Amino acid sequence: MFEILENEILAPQLHRLVVRAPRVAAARQAGQFVIVRAAAGEERIPLTIGDADPVAGTITLFVQAVGYSTGRIVAIPAGGALRDVAGPLGVPTHIGQWGRVACVGGGVGTAVLYPLAKALAAAGNEVVTLIGGRAAPYIILRDELAVFSQELVITTEDGSLGRQGFVTAPLAEMIADPARRPGAVFAVGPVPMMKAVAALTRPAGIETVVSLNPVMIDGTGMCGGCRVVVDGEAKFACVDGPEFDGHRVDFDTLSDRLATYREMEAAHRCRLAGKEAA
Amino acid sequence: MTAPLSVKEQLAIPRVKMAELDPELRRAGFAEVNRGLRLEEALREAQRCIQCKSRPCVQGCPVEVAIPEFIGALAENDLPGAAAILRRDNALPAVCGRVCPQESQCEAQCVRGIKGEAVAIGYLERFVADWALEHGERSPVDANSSSAGRAVAVVGCGPAGLTAAGELARKGHQVTIFEALHDTGGVLRYGIPEFRLPKTIIDAEVAELQALGVRIECNVIVGKTLTLEQLRAEYDAVFVANGAGLPMMLDIPGENFKGVYSANEYLTRVNLMGAGRDSAATTPIVIGRHVAVIGGGNTAMDCVRTARRLGAERAMIIYRRSEAEMPARLEEIKHAKEEGVEFLMLTAPLAIGEDGKGWVASLRCQRMELGAPDASGRCRPVAVAGAFFDLPVDVVINAIGTRANPLLTASAPELGLTRWGNILSDEQGATNLTGVYAGGDIVRGGATVILAMGDGKRAAAAIDDYLASP
Ligand SMILES: Cc1cc2nc3c(=O)[nH]c(=O)nc-3n(C[C@H](O)[C@H](O)[C@H](O)COP(=O)(O)OP(=O)(O)OC[C@H]3O[C@@H](n4cnc5c(N)ncnc54)[C@H](O)[C@@H]3O)c2cc1C
Ligand SMILES: Cc1cc2nc3c(=O)[nH]c(=O)nc-3n(C[C@H](O)[C@H](O)[C@H](O)COP(=O)(O)OP(=O)(O)OC[C@H]3O[C@@H](n4cnc5c(N)ncnc54)[C@H](O)[C@@H]3O)c2cc1C
Ligand code: FES
Repeated sequence: MFEILENEILAPQLHRLVVRAPRVAAARQAGQFVIVRAAAGEERIPLTIGDADPVAGTITLFVQAVGYSTGRIVAIPAGGALRDVAGPLGVPTHIGQWGRVACVGGGVGTAVLYPLAKALAAAGNEVVTLIGGRAAPYIILRDELAVFSQELVITTEDGSLGRQGFVTAPLAEMIADPARRPGAVFAVGPVPMMKAVAALTRPAGIETVVSLNPVMIDGTGMCGGCRVVVDGEAKFACVDGPEFDGHRVDFDTLSDRLATYREMEAAHRCRLAGKEAA
Repeated sequence: MTAPLSVKEQLAIPRVKMAELDPELRRAGFAEVNRGLRLEEALREAQRCIQCKSRPCVQGCPVEVAIPEFIGALAENDLPGAAAILRRDNALPAVCGRVCPQESQCEAQCVRGIKGEAVAIGYLERFVADWALEHGERSPVDANSSSAGRAVAVVGCGPAGLTAAGELARKGHQVTIFEALHDTGGVLRYGIPEFRLPKTIIDAEVAELQALGVRIECNVIVGKTLTLEQLRAEYDAVFVANGAGLPMMLDIPGENFKGVYSANEYLTRVNLMGAGRDSAATTPIVIGRHVAVIGGGNTAMDCVRTARRLGAERAMIIYRRSEAEMPARLEEIKHAKEEGVEFLMLTAPLAIGEDGKGWVASLRCQRMELGAPDASGRCRPVAVAGAFFDLPVDVVINAIGTRANPLLTASAPELGLTRWGNILSDEQGATNLTGVYAGGDIVRGGATVILAMGDGKRAAAAIDDYLASP
């Protein structure tokens, strides 16, 4: 059992959990994730390690309750416990020196982006952070990101906070301006957003790293369920990634595979809702 | 006991048939197909053994179970005696009695098989092991080991790791097993379905080890959570038995369509996570109406029979050679046929087609014929020019095999590997690193439960020697 020490609501459906997992905390590097199971009988789901305190033996997870399993995880109050936390998994982010880097986050992707941006800043890069969401309440971690970002740009689809539109607009401006042009771009968010970012940076020849979110089971390279197509080749996101060169990823295959269980999950939620109502 | 039988009387006894669950009932769930022997049946079958001097069956067994001796004790209705003999040589007899390919191991060598039918050694092993589990017969502990009390780490909780842990604990060592998944058993739990090997059997065998003092820590991925270096620093010896769980790809077009699974993913969803068979389980699975499973081994049989139980109207094995070359156990092939599985032999997959929305809709196949034998000694399948056909299917499962998973070895670059990525070790399991031993599928590539256990047993003996030496 892995005790939950803190469970704080950051935005609608977005929770910050501090979990006791000393071995994971000691081994973890930026870009890595854990596989979590709330209780016996439940799904194994991947969650990025947002932060770690090796001395206290804790890790921080940012969890967006999008469906059943994430809903179950955030529903556990502080003092409760997660049945299983395994990791750290995945290849740590390659933290290079690019001068200026643009860190682009969308929705809960912003949480996955956070440890990455922090590590890039700590390594001496000048970090410009661009985060977007549907509406103001969905913009998360802005204060935390502002601490080490040289500039923080916010976009919302409905214009309720920051600029109206998608994050790709301010990114395009950055790329077009020789004085602000980033040496590398890190993008984490919904697949269409990462695809759009890669389309922007490709003609400009800017190195672009994306963090992929396929469905995972074991997270150790055993099931092959997390396969993604990179440069025409099958890669396992859990052991070869989850970060890849955005210019080589086949985003269409990824979004298609992500839809595999969509109807089933919806039916599952309806059934559960029905049960609760009954 | 009645008076001993004459050899003639012994020879006249026909081989026992084990009761099986009715094929119609099998589709209703995951209940075990083989129902086990009744005591009278087991005693009678044990009397078929003529206790020959040459004991060829023992040579046929990778862990050299004292087969005539345990059968002899059983024939005399001495069940505790039979159990003690069996357990001395085999740490997981209830598992082996269910999943070992006896027909090509011990039973293949049985003298009675020359003219008639071999003694049903596997059934008897299962009978005695189940009796021991039910009656709480404990494994013997060897308190005489000179090196007792040292700390040993075991990586992987499959049959190789479990066996080594049991042997070492019995010699008085402090053993800790580190397992990447959230549960024990390795392939026994996530791969082999309950209709062949009930989880209660694994649980009972694991509890036995825990009673001996073995500690099991799940959710620890060696190479990630802890490194091999850390284990070497904290323990007096390490046994690596992390299996060969990296699925091979078909490398045909359409492999990423929705509804295409690797056998590992399919079986893990169902067996480890309860998808499709436990209403409380929340892991989803795509239930196909027409399911094609590619491959001819035990894994393929497990997938196709699982698909049938989950509700597939048509469940098919697609295999590029003929039935005679299929590596699956004969019993699994027989059971699959009884359950209505279709066998499409001399058929190779060429491409997977979709329905316009990214879901699997068809499998394009190539007819094959058998050519000259290849390096494996089996006839090489050759494509029949121009002979293609399309099968309508909505789930395709790839069960063509696995390779060594590089997760641990990639983080231990000093560990010697073969060119296929398997760990190099000597007969005793010793690797090029002092105090580090390895065995099971990570050394052999995908093999069998009993070979993995044999490795665990030999390595445990070598580790005990190593710990005893100054
Ligand atoms: C390496 C990695 C790191 C991740 N890190 C985080 C994190 O730090 N915080 C976080 O909140 N989430 C993270 N995710 C996503 C998270 O794992 C999924 O949101 C979760 O598995 C959904 O489970 P569920 O049962 O709650 O939702 P479901 O009921 O399974 O699905 C709800 C909806 O979400 C979609 N969905 C399903 N799986 C995913 C997925 N893997 N990614 C995106 N959408 C999905 C479904 O299509 C469906 O529409 C990460 C995923 C990966 C692969
Ligand atoms: C579907 C299927 C059916 C089979 N049927 C039969 C059969 O009928 N008869 C038969 O004899 N054989 C059968 N086999 C083969 C047999 O199961 C294997 O040969 C045997 O399980 C190998 O044992 P092992 O201990 O080496 O590895 P495994 O059983 O693979 O166990 C390895 C364990 O190590 C864990 N692990 C992996 N990496 C790490 C890490 N880095 N850190 C910590 N833990 C780790 C894994 O999660 C796993 O639990 C079958 C195999 C499959 C896949
Ligand atoms: S999650 Fe199973 S191989 Fe990546």
